[in-house]
Amino acid sequence: MLKKLSSGPYWLWSFIFIVVPIMLIIAFSFSVPGEAFKFSLDNYKRFMEPVYLKVLARSVKIAVEATLICLAVGYPMAMILARMHLKYRTIAVMLLVVPMWMNFLLRTYAWMTILNKNGILNHILSFFGLPQMTFLYSEGAVLLGMVYNFLPFMVLPIYTVLTKMDNSLIEAAEDLGANRRTVFRKVTFPLSLPGVLSGVSMVFMPAVSTFVISDLLYGGQYMLVGNLIQQQFLVVNDWHFGSAISMLLMVMILITMSIMNRLGQDGVEQGGGNIW
Amino acid sequence: MTDRIVNGINVSKVYNGVAVVKDIDFWVKKNQFLTILGPSGCGKTTTLRMIAGFEQPTSGQVMFEGVDITAVPPYKRAINTVFQKYALFPHLNIYENIAFGLRIKKLNEKEIEKRVARMLELVNLKGFEKRKVHSLSGGQQQRIAIARALVNEPKVLLLDEPLGALDLKLRKEMQIELKNMQRELGITFIYVTHDQEEALTMSDKIIIMNQGEIQQTGSPTDIYNEPENAFVADFIGESNIFDGIMPADCRVIFADREFECVDSGFQTNESVDVVIRPEDVTLSKPEEGALTGEVISVVFKGVHYEMLIRESARTWMVHNTVMAPEGTKVGLSVMPNDIHIMHKEG
Amino acid sequence: MVMKWIKRIYAGLIFIFLYAPIAVLVVFSFNDAKSTAKWEGFTFKWYRTLLENDYIMKSLYYTILIAVIASLLATVIGTFAAFGIHYAKQWRQKLIMNINSIPILNPDIVTGISLMTLFLWMGLERGFITMLLAHMTFCIPYVILSVLPKMKQMPADVLEAAMDLGATPWMAFKKVILPEISPGIISGALIAFTLSIDDFVISFFTAGNGVTNLSIAIYSMARRGIKPEINALSTLMFITILILLIAINKRTSNIEEL
Repeated sequence: MLKKLSSGPYWLWSFIFIVVPIMLIIAFSFSVPGEAFKFSLDNYKRFMEPVYLKVLARSVKIAVEATLICLAVGYPMAMILARMHLKYRTIAVMLLVVPMWMNFLLRTYAWMTILNKNGILNHILSFFGLPQMTFLYSEGAVLLGMVYNFLPFMVLPIYTVLTKMDNSLIEAAEDLGANRRTVFRKVTFPLSLPGVLSGVSMVFMPAVSTFVISDLLYGGQYMLVGNLIQQQFLVVNDWHFGSAISMLLMVMILITMSIMNRLGQDGVEQGGGNIW
Repeated sequence: MTDRIVNGINVSKVYNGVAVVKDIDFWVKKNQFLTILGPSGCGKTTTLRMIAGFEQPTSGQVMFEGVDITAVPPYKRAINTVFQKYALFPHLNIYENIAFGLRIKKLNEKEIEKRVARMLELVNLKGFEKRKVHSLSGGQQQRIAIARALVNEPKVLLLDEPLGALDLKLRKEMQIELKNMQRELGITFIYVTHDQEEALTMSDKIIIMNQGEIQQTGSPTDIYNEPENAFVADFIGESNIFDGIMPADCRVIFADREFECVDSGFQTNESVDVVIRPEDVTLSKPEEGALTGEVISVVFKGVHYEMLIRESARTWMVHNTVMAPEGTKVGLSVMPNDIHIMHKEG
Repeated sequence: MVMKWIKRIYAGLIFIFLYAPIAVLVVFSFNDAKSTAKWEGFTFKWYRTLLENDYIMKSLYYTILIAVIASLLATVIGTFAAFGIHYAKQWRQKLIMNINSIPILNPDIVTGISLMTLFLWMGLERGFITMLLAHMTFCIPYVILSVLPKMKQMPADVLEAAMDLGATPWMAFKKVILPEISPGIISGALIAFTLSIDDFVISFFTAGNGVTNLSIAIYSMARRGIKPEINALSTLMFITILILLIAINKRTSNIEEL
């Protein structure tokens, strides 16, 4: 009895607060404003207009860029950490994690104060007699904000996989004639793929759906998909169109996730850094 | 000198201030099966890793075919290793694991295919090409690890306790197979183990190490029959070790009695270790033995009985195919050439 | 040697990149001017304005209140749910675990707007209750995910064994299961608490009626430009985090020593 009863409340809870909301979004996305529900594809058709497709393309592009930069910058960092002496490693990893504990908005806000027209960066520039520049409210600022916020999400899973990796595999490769570069290309990197994949999805997902970073570092325009959704719900009040965009975002992320999972399973069965 | 394919000269290794290998000299000749034997932590694996190139000696040199290779990285040495836990690449299938070294040498696909097939045949795992590493049993993974190393046709194969993870029966089979492979292929094997029986069955030459130092080097029969010190005697098979005194050449006093022996060259009245193998003790009626004792325990070991016999203040271990029941009074005798006299250590 | 220095410089640059913005906030929280570029003298005045700012203080109060209630309730519901899920039939297990992963996998913005839609549809006015419900919804899945592995590690049939020895089901749960899974419950509760404290996106869509949390307060202030009080707030939060981390580290190293 206890066994059956104990999960009862959560069945009810997850139905009301997880399943029903998704159904509502689906229903909204397939209908137009009006008294009664009427099936319609108008919202999805509307999204196919170039204005919105451009927003989507921009979101994906900037999220992919942020992910690639995080990977390129984060992988060497993860390797350095993994090979550090144990005594310093714990401290170094903690140093990496501490900024993540800081409120996300404060971390983004910090860049506002640095990149601002009257901010510290311009101050440094004028000190050296260089012309002032507008850093804030540009695509570059958004990209920087993303890399800053999400870099540890890339480093940590890769670091975890690398530390778990059996060192004798690397020795075996060297023993069989592989130099450092070949060892990395043929053994270390392929074996760290599960970490890379989970890092990639942990950076790409929040990057593609954010509206805070773009809002604070770019301004209130329709910049990314996240801003578009937010505006539809809170400003324009077109919940039907907003729901349709949310659905598209959700499907896009689910597809990305399943591709990542598939890749991860095909690659290696052991040592996966499953952070989720 | 030139027939020494691997030669270590004054090799030492210090980790964090602790000397793990202490100034040792060793060599192995072409086509020999050398075993480095010793308890865990004796420095045998470190020695092997210095030969492979994974560790740099703190001082000393490692020579290969007369050339100093101390500073040569592992990937440039004509030496391959079979690792303790196999270290097969989990992201590659069996075929790619074996082909790994050949691909680095950029051999053409046809040649690779031919050589991999030949290796799989050698280790009796034909048809396993497409299998994943984790679908193989420990024994099979072991064979693949051997094939992966041998396919590169190394001049020396290093094996680091390769049979440690296998069960007894499989271990015995693999011992024979390894020995056969070594003979057929004519490759020098350097084998590290803590299992003295393994060392005695397979090797042409054994190096016994303890606490970073070489205790004795020699053929299995030499080491078994003429252990140089009590450590070797105790480590190679079980032994009775008693304190004794040499009053003169070929005379030794232990167990409150003087015995005739065959060793000489000791100082007069030097304190020595007296080593007697359990199988060299003859049991008889109490009045016929040189010493008398009482059987305090009997264990059947499959072929022989292992008996503990209390004689005065000492306990003797005796192996015999005939059993004397617990509580029996027995006589103990030892032939002069079965009494091994050794200098005390330290 | 060269490689070693390249590595050190690389790691150093990364850490500078991570900490420079925080350092800027901390330094300028003591600056006697509104500007974040010029140093005009040392002051504590932004800390005073921060403490006198009712809006921020009220949002801090709600942040903590919501985090405490949401993580407690989520832990209770989640623990019982994990227990039931562990003993449920396979297909039910699969179904609920899939539903359970939706709030984890879905982008926060989608979870936020879908809950907002739900509350509107139910006729609930957005405020304290809606925000609490939303926080519980995204916290419970994490509690379940951290308790369930502990359930799986338990030997099979312990519950039956306890009842066989005369324990009522409730007693068996309390005396046998609970002690076994308590590490999972504690870490689940901690995850829930930190997620709730840190949340912005979901709160942003589900709060209202004068109820905000710290993240929302920061957001609405930051959108209107640079505010030195926020620098002061960041400094205080950063110090709190450091103290917490050091305390946790001390405790865990003490436990390891025992």
